[in-house]
Amino acid sequence: MVDLSRVGAVFTGTAPYVISRAKIAEFADTVGATSPLHHVPEAAVEAGYRDVVAPPTFAVVIAQRAESEYIADPASGIDFSRVVHGSESFTYVRPLVAGDVLSTTVHVDSLTERAGISMVTTRTEITDDGGAAVATVVSTLAVRGEAG
Amino acid sequence: MSAPGSSLTSGTEIGTELFEQTRTVDRARLVRYAGASGDFNPIHWNERFATEVGLPGVIAHGMLTMGLAGAVLTDWLGDPARLVSYGCRFTRPVVVPDPGEVEVSVRAVVGALDVEAGTARVDLTVSVEGRTVLGKAQALVRLA
Repeated sequence: MVDLSRVGAVFTGTAPYVISRAKIAEFADTVGATSPLHHVPEAAVEAGYRDVVAPPTFAVVIAQRAESEYIADPASGIDFSRVVHGSESFTYVRPLVAGDVLSTTVHVDSLTERAGISMVTTRTEITDDGGAAVATVVSTLAVRGEAG
Repeated sequence: MSAPGSSLTSGTEIGTELFEQTRTVDRARLVRYAGASGDFNPIHWNERFATEVGLPGVIAHGMLTMGLAGAVLTDWLGDPARLVSYGCRFTRPVVVPDPGEVEVSVRAVVGALDVEAGTARVDLTVSVEGRTVLGKAQALVRLA
């Protein structure tokens, strides 16, 4: 069972994520993002960016990696084989670009249970190596109970 | 760079349809998304596992469907920095056949305008065979 007492917990133990051009290109190809800003460094620089720009949902890669410090910990009580993704949202201060070194802080914002389904909402704050805010990712998972 | 999205300005009327595009998803794309994203849940690539846990078959990652729709939007906008926020709920699984592929339709309509803030809310209808698969898929974008 999901341990509902962990609401408010904060996790900062995930090592910084360094975004590479190759990972941006791979992700962009997979989600069909064709803008040269994702693929051609010169095009990105010409548009005012330091390097190629990540597609809008790329931040999920960084967020899910950080969330696992909480979700994959047996103490959370979350059985991942019973998890369904409920919702996801991204808020950006600026787009992520190749070369970014990004740190994450995961907040357990809400834990509720109703009719055998636990809803787990985490908020991952992503900051750059200067400490400036870059993006916020909010994710809600639905966890079916043993009887479900 | 002149993207079609430069037409979204403070003069755009609420309710204006910005675009409707389709993307296809097959099993190969699911495997590629698993690798690109690091989400290796077997419900997205293993038919036996998916049916054992009660799904109708292998289903697409919700984040892949959200990612496809988001990429259609940012390609249309031209500059990814115009996207302020983007969110959705995952309301219906997208079953991906083998052999074959499934067609995902992405339609965008202006849902609200805030001329003072310089932003528009773009409402995305993401559907498969006429049934929506994402709930309340909305993006806040900067006006051109």
